Amino acid sequence: MKVNDMILQTVTTLLSFIILIFSVYLFFAGHYTPGGGFIGGLMTSSALVLILLAFDLKTFKKIFPINFLTVAATGLLISILTGVAALFFDVPYLTHTFDYVELPILGETALTSTLIFDLGVYLVVVGVAMTIIQTIGESE
Amino acid sequence: MNNLVIMPILIPLITATILLLIPKRTKLQKVISIISLTLSTTAAFTLVHTVYTNGIQTLEVGGWRPPFGIVLVADMLSSLLVLTGIIVSFACILFAFRSIGEAREKYYFYAFTQFLITGVMGAFLTGDIFNLFVFFEVMLMSSYVLIVIGGTRAQLRESLKYVLVNVISSGLFIVALAYLYGLVGTLSMADISQKIAQAGQTEIVTVVAILFLIVFGLKGGIFPLYFWLPGSYQAPPYAITALFGALLTKVGVYAIYRTFTLIFYHEPHITHTIIAVLAGITILIGAIGAIAYWDVKKILIYNIVTAIGVIVYGIAIATETGYAGSIYYLIHDMVIKGALFLLAGSMYTITGTDNIKKMGGLIKRHPLLGWLFFTACLALAGIPPLSGFVGKILLVQGGLDQGHYLFVGIMLFSSLLVLYSVMKIFMNCFFREEAISAKEEKGSTKGLVYPSVILIAISAFLGLGAEFVYPYVYEAAETLKDPSIYIQAVLKE
Repeated sequence: MKVNDMILQTVTTLLSFIILIFSVYLFFAGHYTPGGGFIGGLMTSSALVLILLAFDLKTFKKIFPINFLTVAATGLLISILTGVAALFFDVPYLTHTFDYVELPILGETALTSTLIFDLGVYLVVVGVAMTIIQTIGESE
Repeated sequence: MNNLVIMPILIPLITATILLLIPKRTKLQKVISIISLTLSTTAAFTLVHTVYTNGIQTLEVGGWRPPFGIVLVADMLSSLLVLTGIIVSFACILFAFRSIGEAREKYYFYAFTQFLITGVMGAFLTGDIFNLFVFFEVMLMSSYVLIVIGGTRAQLRESLKYVLVNVISSGLFIVALAYLYGLVGTLSMADISQKIAQAGQTEIVTVVAILFLIVFGLKGGIFPLYFWLPGSYQAPPYAITALFGALLTKVGVYAIYRTFTLIFYHEPHITHTIIAVLAGITILIGAIGAIAYWDVKKILIYNIVTAIGVIVYGIAIATETGYAGSIYYLIHDMVIKGALFLLAGSMYTITGTDNIKKMGGLIKRHPLLGWLFFTACLALAGIPPLSGFVGKILLVQGGLDQGHYLFVGIMLFSSLLVLYSVMKIFMNCFFREEAISAKEEKGSTKGLVYPSVILIAISAFLGLGAEFVYPYVYEAAETLKDPSIYIQAVLKE
């Protein structure tokens, strides 16, 4: 009998977007409410894993032609460099700064450099989780 | 505020990340590793000099005052260990250039050595006990990878044991930290020390102290917690074993130093007596193991255990002479263990075996290697012009002042056994009739010997230039003897 996973694939195309958006929401919410880079990254990778489950490894690699280890390394570099940036202002390593900025649509928003640090964490989590799953999936 | 303190952690960390991005370009990886290690060495030298001239350096990371934020503290002990650690890793990585092989290089070998250095330096420099745990994990994770990288049968088997032991000890570490936090409500080491000094070291605090001793004993390999060490250190290639032998166990020892001189020093008749007894047995066990085997690597590994015992005993002596002696011995041991493993690695490259009985007559074609090994053996045993002597004589002096005659006896006796064990290697491998002809040699020692030349030169300098080095070591010992110096530098009240 030929297995037909049309329902799964259709639902996945819809659901993965909702999960991705929720993960981005969690990522940005981290400063004032529960959330942050770690949980946001995990949620993003769960959306990617769902795609991986519904389709196969080859299709997945066609959709995302990225080396996820590079993603993790880039994230690590971003996190370290936000700390290093503090050195140029002659303050201790990892000192963060924040300011209220008038953004076009959102209005007055508090932006902090910890967000960039969190972006690094987010990328590391996505990169590491996907590397683990892809490597296990590929090995015979 | 002094960002110099973070440099020995930051430089290897950034390097490791960059190396992760270029796994296939081995030439470039080597160049970047060299540049990074040169920078770290310079930073470490500057750090030692700054601490010597300006006193203890602290960095409140993120600008938060202790005890609320993490503080990095470079006192003399930390900065000396940072410097020695960087130099030894430099030598090991130079050795790895020639010996580790392309397959391992392409699987992130250099990146993980840099992560390992990051963890070790972080553990030396941190002033926050939970941060110490984090850096321990950074170091251990990288060591898991380094121990299994290459994936030979023995490596897989031993890495399983190694990971299991370390996961359990890390679990215990967390539990001990939780107890301590429950008792004092703070994680900054200086603040913990102050709180315990005010409230008195009650029985429960002593129990936590013993728990910490178990945790760090597992990492450092003191009796009876050394059982994982001989097997695990034998599995990986020599460049990695040298790195492990010189750095990893020493971090455990350093942590015992920190906790038992800064935090749990109020009930020495309980804690320090236990340390003394365990250290004495560790010395004996190591010496017995060293004379029992006919395997070059095993003998050297058991010599690590002996040295750990000798160093840890310095804490039990608890005088400035005792501390100075054991710090001197610690620095000497990092350098000389690095040198010995690298030399043994060269011997392995030539003969393709670790079995002493299958080697012989190496001196005919490798005189430099032979006499370097001979010098390293003498330094290890503590023969006067070389580095091992100064540390041991200070320990003997400190031990005699405190009336620890048994310990002095054990240590002197163990020196004899250590000398016997390494001379057994030297006499059998380098003299006797030739076991293998020039044609049967598995590889050349081209470029493999000079990293150990550097280390042995440093060892000779530590011995001959003792007048120059001693003031630095003495300052480190002074800070250990009087925790208030450390506390005041951190909390600045």
